[in-house]
Amino acid sequence: MDEAFSFVFLMVAATLRVATPLVLCAMGGLFSEKSGIIDVGLEGKMLMAAFFGAATASVSGSAWVGVAAAIVAAEALALLHGFACITWRGNQVVSGVAINIIAAGLTVVLGNAWFARGGQTPALVGDQRLMSLFFPTAGDNAIVYLALLSVPATWWIIERTRFGLRLRAVGEMPLAVDAAGISVTWLRYRAVLLCGLLAGLAGAYLSVAQGAGFGRDMTAGQGFIALAAIIFGKWRPFPAFGACLMFGLLDAIAIRLQGVKVSGIGEVPVQLILALPYLLTMFLLAGFIGRAVAPKAAGIPYEKER
Amino acid sequence: MRALRRPLPPWADIVLLPVINVALAFLTVGVLVALIGVNPLHALKLLIGGAIGSSESIGYTLYYTTNFIFTGLAVAVAFHAGLFNIGGEGQAYIGGLGCGLAVLALDRYLPGWILIPLAIAAAALFGAAWAAVPAWMQAWRGSHVVITTIMFNFVASALMVYLMVNVLIAPGSMTPQSRNFGPAGKIPSMHDALHTIGINVAPSALNLSILLAILCCVGVWVFLWHTPWGYALRTMGHNPEAAVYAGTNLKSMTMLAMCLSGGLAGFVGVNELMGVHQRIVLDFPAGYGFAGIAVALMGRSHPFGIVLAALLFGALQQGGAELAFEIPSMTREMVVVIQGLVILFSGALAHLPRPWLQSLLALRSS
Repeated sequence: MDEAFSFVFLMVAATLRVATPLVLCAMGGLFSEKSGIIDVGLEGKMLMAAFFGAATASVSGSAWVGVAAAIVAAEALALLHGFACITWRGNQVVSGVAINIIAAGLTVVLGNAWFARGGQTPALVGDQRLMSLFFPTAGDNAIVYLALLSVPATWWIIERTRFGLRLRAVGEMPLAVDAAGISVTWLRYRAVLLCGLLAGLAGAYLSVAQGAGFGRDMTAGQGFIALAAIIFGKWRPFPAFGACLMFGLLDAIAIRLQGVKVSGIGEVPVQLILALPYLLTMFLLAGFIGRAVAPKAAGIPYEKER
Repeated sequence: MRALRRPLPPWADIVLLPVINVALAFLTVGVLVALIGVNPLHALKLLIGGAIGSSESIGYTLYYTTNFIFTGLAVAVAFHAGLFNIGGEGQAYIGGLGCGLAVLALDRYLPGWILIPLAIAAAALFGAAWAAVPAWMQAWRGSHVVITTIMFNFVASALMVYLMVNVLIAPGSMTPQSRNFGPAGKIPSMHDALHTIGINVAPSALNLSILLAILCCVGVWVFLWHTPWGYALRTMGHNPEAAVYAGTNLKSMTMLAMCLSGGLAGFVGVNELMGVHQRIVLDFPAGYGFAGIAVALMGRSHPFGIVLAALLFGALQQGGAELAFEIPSMTREMVVVIQGLVILFSGALAHLPRPWLQSLLALRSS
């Protein structure tokens, strides 16, 4: 009994550990997409945040200063995305791709120039890292709880506040919002900034809490898994959270199953489990498991009539 | 001010604006290089020297250019159909698998002059097949290729790791790579090919795949601007409703555009595996699929522009490697930053200089 409990506890902890950056990114992406701004640049924002978080934590000696720097870095990219997509009405996907590529290159370039360790930051020790709060073996640092909190908070903001109502409206029909005398631009900028805040936290989690320093490409596609979770959750906070947990659990299982032979099946290819989030999302998008409908104005720049 | 803003004359729209956009990207890189503490002009000099300073470096520049032409054309064909194919990376990967499998299966039985065209066709077929699934999902199930091609990049990567580690790995090998291709599966290097006709160039990774790239440029140009299918494809990109009215089947046209795009991306596998590595290896697409977006945007999706852009990016790739060798505080990833900035300035922020340019030209003409 005790053994079963500890197994379940470890699996839950492992799932939450993996799911935390996904949850934060997915909630951030939700704000952006609900307002009509597609964000394929979650990955890049998270990567940039992870780098600046670790770099600042290592130089300043304080994990929380690192977290703040991570958020600033992600917000800078969020503003760039907003500037290109909202102010200049550029293609949102192109802007997101550009941000991903810039982040992938810039983190290594700056890391190498500042620390001369092939793109890595020095390993973080002691107070430079966020530690577990209650269960030393579970890795339950403060950002894990913030991620759990972000889900009801996102739901409440989107579903229950005036800002959320307008946010949903601007993602469905910006013309109506504009006609009501509310600034489409300002609404969308606020959504993009909220997205940057959460993606920044996710990045800080990777390098300052879960990991102990930055390594090149350390996000490894998690921003895209978060994007998949948003689609899987059909652009709703709690279902998206569920998708993140499911993807996190898959990852935890994949780590457990590495090289293990399951009776009757043989060795389960770990790569298959790692690819499952993407495959499942493809099945969903193909309309085999329900239908996922994006906000109607997502991806379309709003042009104010003169 | 607003009254002055007439539309730009065509020459400014086609030539001046893109040049300004690229210049802005490079200016930003210059500032970045200076911030790192390196003199940008010194870096530029090293970069140019590294890219075209010797017969060997020119060879490498052209070898990188070959890859950029393939992925640039791939993105451009989809662009013309109004589709954004971000899946070049995965399509190149699976295309490489296709030509690799063809060579591994047949290199003991067939001579090179039959095997190589067969393997090239296999690369195109596999790349096209990998693009066909997202295309089918957009055409018939209404999901967007942007998302599905991203997902398929990751699926391709997982699939390749599985195949290389468990199935295709050469017996007794520690690293996940296939057995070496037989001599029939080798595309001759430029060094060897020119040597047979009496011209001596330094050995490099450049191989005859570059001829395939040039052929593809001509082919894409003929297809898009001189065939009824190309016309229908471009019409769909400009105005899908008009295309339907003109009798185009949007579903099959989406399939056609994406399959062509995937096939072109698949040729990266030909250059990399049959031209250079001589076996199937992991991670050979190395970002060329994404860089293709920058190439297509900078080349304005025209084969001629793409060749110019691919030459520039090829030179950057090669020169950047030299630069990183000479200056320890610089890394090759600087080239990745440049690619990203070009996508930003030539793509998402393409209209940034327009109002300024409009007022400038209006001032001059008044």
